[in-house]
Amino acid sequence: MSKPVEIEEAKFNELVLQAETPVLVDFWAPWCGPCRMVAPVVEQLAEEYDGEVSFVEVNVDNNPRIASQYGIMSIPTLMLFKEGKPVDTIIGFRPKEELKKSLDAAL
Amino acid sequence: MVKSPKKYDIVIIGGGPAGLSAGIYTARARLSSLLIERGAVGGQIINAEWVENYPGFAESISGIDLAEAMHKQATKFGLETLVAEVTGIDIKGGQKAVRTSQGDFTAKAVIIAGGLERHKLGVPGEAEYTGKGVSYCATCDGPFFRDKAVAVVGGGNAAITEAIELTRFAFRVTVIHRRDELRATKILQEKAFAEPKIDILWDSVLEEIAGDTFVDRVRVSNVKTKKKTVLDVSGVFMSVGFRPNTSYLKGIVKLDDIGTIITNEKMETSVPGIFAAGDIRSNSIRQVIAATGDGAVAGIGAEKYITG
Repeated sequence: MSKPVEIEEAKFNELVLQAETPVLVDFWAPWCGPCRMVAPVVEQLAEEYDGEVSFVEVNVDNNPRIASQYGIMSIPTLMLFKEGKPVDTIIGFRPKEELKKSLDAAL
Repeated sequence: MVKSPKKYDIVIIGGGPAGLSAGIYTARARLSSLLIERGAVGGQIINAEWVENYPGFAESISGIDLAEAMHKQATKFGLETLVAEVTGIDIKGGQKAVRTSQGDFTAKAVIIAGGLERHKLGVPGEAEYTGKGVSYCATCDGPFFRDKAVAVVGGGNAAITEAIELTRFAFRVTVIHRRDELRATKILQEKAFAEPKIDILWDSVLEEIAGDTFVDRVRVSNVKTKKKTVLDVSGVFMSVGFRPNTSYLKGIVKLDDIGTIITNEKMETSVPGIFAAGDIRSNSIRQVIAATGDGAVAGIGAEKYITG
């Protein structure tokens, strides 16, 4: 079973930008209620897409530079990276089926 | 082989205060109860930094803490929770089949407590700048607007609470409200009027959101004088357009013209064995305390429906 991994700025390059598979990055913060809405859905996706897509969480409170580099001004934001580049951005809570469409399109 | 749906006495749709309260009552009645929530439990209160009108919390409580306490309480009595999106309800005699993204569930009674969600206002620039200055959650996104000017659209409790919250970050908060008085409760109005960082633009509607990569201005029109004004702001917080998520219920239970579910005082809908509770109900006062009360009535009603 695969779970989203919480990462810090130092690991972003290796685990997101250099990753072999597409990576879904969940930008979140502890003060954000809707981020808690998104988290269980992302956990389900992490199991369903085990091996095909990797899932990481970036706490914008601890990693403001990454958040600002990718222009994050609203959380939760899910950003899908492929070959080191963001290919899709999903802002706010979205049903799982909609997220699956984004992931499938990137595979 | 067709997988047979899992059976419960009660399926509750929606994990806000109404659904969780219903679950406390049905679980304590020893009815097998499943609560289906598409994200995390709590409903709209998880957007609230504080809840100060729910009795029993003199020092106020954060929305997330209140939601978690309710969920813990319901779970303690045996309520099960599933993360799934409900897509429909089929009625087969006395049984109801609830279709979801995680499979089907049958129940003897269903309690619909799906609440309201924020919809888009539909003004030019809104979709384009969502996440680039346009926000639907002040608690989430306020910290991104430190020392910037922002606008809040709306005049209800949620809008004014958010405007007050945003003064912690923004240097100026302009409330854009289409009437000449606020709908928000008096104590919130007093706080807003006393706050030097808050300006209120009365009789005004948001017409357009504009900028370059990020929002840098909005155009506002006065509905009485027709005069147009441009405001320099980096953020626009939308606190209007709360709508029920009931499109999957059309043709199943009776809805009113804004899509909320019509019930009687027992929380019974037009279909026997289907109850509704909380903000999703027609003419709800949209308060946590009303939602919990509705949930209790619906839970007890569902129990009586099943046990006869």
